[in-house]
Amino acid sequence: MRLKVLLPLLVFALIAGALYAGLSLRPRDIPSALIGKPVPAFELPPVQGRNAGLSTADLTKGEPSLVNVFASWCAPCRIEHPVWVELAKTKEVPIHGLNWKDQPQAASRWLETFGDPYTRTGADISGRVAIDWGVYGAPETFVVAGDGTIMCKYISVVTREMLDEKILPMLRDLKRTGKTSRSC
Amino acid sequence: MLRRLFSSPPPSPDGGGREGVCRRRRRGRPNPHPALPRPSAGGGFKGAFLALLLLAAPAFAIGVDEPLPDPAQELRAREIAKSLRCLVCQNQSIEDSNAPLAKDLRRIVRERIEAGDSDAKVQDYVVARYGDWVLLKPPFNARTAALWIGPFALLGLAGIGVAVYYRRLATAAKAEAPPPLTAEERARLDRLVSD
Repeated sequence: MRLKVLLPLLVFALIAGALYAGLSLRPRDIPSALIGKPVPAFELPPVQGRNAGLSTADLTKGEPSLVNVFASWCAPCRIEHPVWVELAKTKEVPIHGLNWKDQPQAASRWLETFGDPYTRTGADISGRVAIDWGVYGAPETFVVAGDGTIMCKYISVVTREMLDEKILPMLRDLKRTGKTSRSC
Repeated sequence: MLRRLFSSPPPSPDGGGREGVCRRRRRGRPNPHPALPRPSAGGGFKGAFLALLLLAAPAFAIGVDEPLPDPAQELRAREIAKSLRCLVCQNQSIEDSNAPLAKDLRRIVRERIEAGDSDAKVQDYVVARYGDWVLLKPPFNARTAALWIGPFALLGLAGIGVAVYYRRLATAAKAEAPPPLTAEERARLDRLVSD
């Protein structure tokens, strides 16, 4: 008799719980298939007017780094950009820019207008390298360990808080020990 | 708020057009010479309509890929593209999607096929970069077990529920049934009926 009352309640609670969890899910954010894997093999020329291009070798030299996917057509990248400019001033970690499907002049002008925080830039005009990185929108930001292992991928705008609470602590771990137990 | 901001690349100049990125792709070959009659001299409205049609004709070229020379390979490419989910327009396959990224992926599928990859290898190539998520038919593994088994498990549970319900109904009917007649009662019944 008691079961008759409890069972529907229990089923209701289960469904309600699942739906409630669904409210905070972000189906647009597709988990990266590359976490824990080495960075893909690639070699890119720099953005127009810059000297240092970006390749696999640059990411496997022992120093952890950030790889930021940006483009001049990407409006959210403008919101995010000051975070990188500020971080670049501290010289704490190299930030590499992967310029995705951009026009050479537009990318160059963008960096001149808003500041260039990037240690190295790679101009991926065809978008092929970005596909190898599993990029499907911009901005995206990868945390890369010193040996070139992709640790994390942040989809969409990185804020100062995310940098301070998640990204920088992980990078400091990586710098010190080459390992980290932190989550993304 | 900020975390939601994310943009997909704009249509490339060659893929042209201001069509919504997630609109369904138009199929078919570009129409190089739209053979439409000239607008008739008198019919102002009809003429304007035909002129509009003429203007619209180049739109058929939008989203049309360079097909592979071998029709069998082209057919395979389309079938594979139908099985891969577009990352920008998430309820469309890359074959259906108008998104520039889908176009790039279709090109990659064709390239891999031309390079001699099997269908499974082409799929693996994309899965290695974007994960199982891109497969419209996800593989059976620990993460997707609930997805595959769930409906059958629910059906099974519902079946058990129905079985229990009917069994209870049967036992209840049995419990409520009056005890069988005694010999004396039967004799009296027979007497009453035969009267």
